[in-house]
Amino acid sequence: MAKIVGVVTTSHVPAIGGAIHKGIQHEPYWKPFFDGFPKIREWLAKVKPDVAIVVNNDHGLNFFLDKMPTFAIGAAPEYKNADEGWGIPVLPPFKGNEDLSWHLAESLIGDEFDMVTCQEMVVDHAFTLPIALLYPDMKWPISVVPINVNTVLFPTPSAKRCYALGQAIGRAVEAFPQDLKVVVIGTGGLSHQLEGERAGFINKEFDIRFMDSLTGDPTWATQYTDRELVKHTGTQGIELLNWLTARATMSGKVTELHRNYHIPISNTAAATMLLEHAA
Amino acid sequence: MKSPHISIPGTTIFDGSEARRGYALNKMCYSFNEKANRDEFLKDEDAYCTKYGLNAQQRAAIAAKNVLQLLAAGGNAYYLAKFGGIFGLDMQDIGAQQTGMTKDEFKAKLVAAGK
Repeated sequence: MAKIVGVVTTSHVPAIGGAIHKGIQHEPYWKPFFDGFPKIREWLAKVKPDVAIVVNNDHGLNFFLDKMPTFAIGAAPEYKNADEGWGIPVLPPFKGNEDLSWHLAESLIGDEFDMVTCQEMVVDHAFTLPIALLYPDMKWPISVVPINVNTVLFPTPSAKRCYALGQAIGRAVEAFPQDLKVVVIGTGGLSHQLEGERAGFINKEFDIRFMDSLTGDPTWATQYTDRELVKHTGTQGIELLNWLTARATMSGKVTELHRNYHIPISNTAAATMLLEHAA
Repeated sequence: MKSPHISIPGTTIFDGSEARRGYALNKMCYSFNEKANRDEFLKDEDAYCTKYGLNAQQRAAIAAKNVLQLLAAGGNAYYLAKFGGIFGLDMQDIGAQQTGMTKDEFKAKLVAAGK
């Protein structure tokens, strides 16, 4: 049977792609962020996941406002990255896991989460950069299943609904008959706001409270509506919904193996966490 | 159920009403994912905006490259970022422009948020 071996969450700021491309990870501006990853890479080398379920939000590469799914799941044999318009390098394609995708679609829709299924999907920085941070040689040893959460057009799904979706993904994975080790990656956040007179908004106190909640009190953030999350974390800080969905895939007691938090990377409070089932 | 419509200073929630107003502008900016379209825009900005049916407010905001005006015309940050990319503007340039700060002042504000 398949099993979730852990959850990794990380910010996905586009400029990270530029820093990787230029090889400037050790420069003073970038080091405090990239230093968050060696421990997670060691864990990955030890645990050796077979598949990554990547909970992320498209930023106008695959989806436009003509058709904007609240929740979508990739069911493609391969996922390509593409030009997003502002020049960060395109990363190598990712091998899909169609068996797991369709199993998840069956199970989630059966569980009344009406996912949009996508047999073709391009993936943007929200998907590619977190994986590149985990596997810097960019020879991906994992196959992938993207889960997309709308954080572009309001209303977004509620935090409560995202949490429930994560729980349903967790149940579906545990019921998948193949022996697979699954890592769930939640991308984006934490607090940041790109637009308006409030651009540059960051809320360290809220971010820390949120990260603290993920081990012992994981439904804490579900008390907030989408607009309230914007108030507390910024218009893009609401990407914490991806973190919450990813976290909720783990049932039982969860332990924090690692965390990193640094302000700022670009306009963002950049954060990374590694969670595992408690022994 | 709590009311979803709280007011957040300096913030426009991109909801259905914004999406309706901004559709043509956002559709044009979405097209900038492709280099051929970025090149076509740069070659003849007016013709490109006409092709996407921008209204006068949207057209003026594009001409001014003014982010607050683009937002006021229904633009969404994610699509506008693709427009900004054409001119090599990064997020600190865009943040500085919207907050009336210099880029250095804006960057200092970000660093201060981490203290």
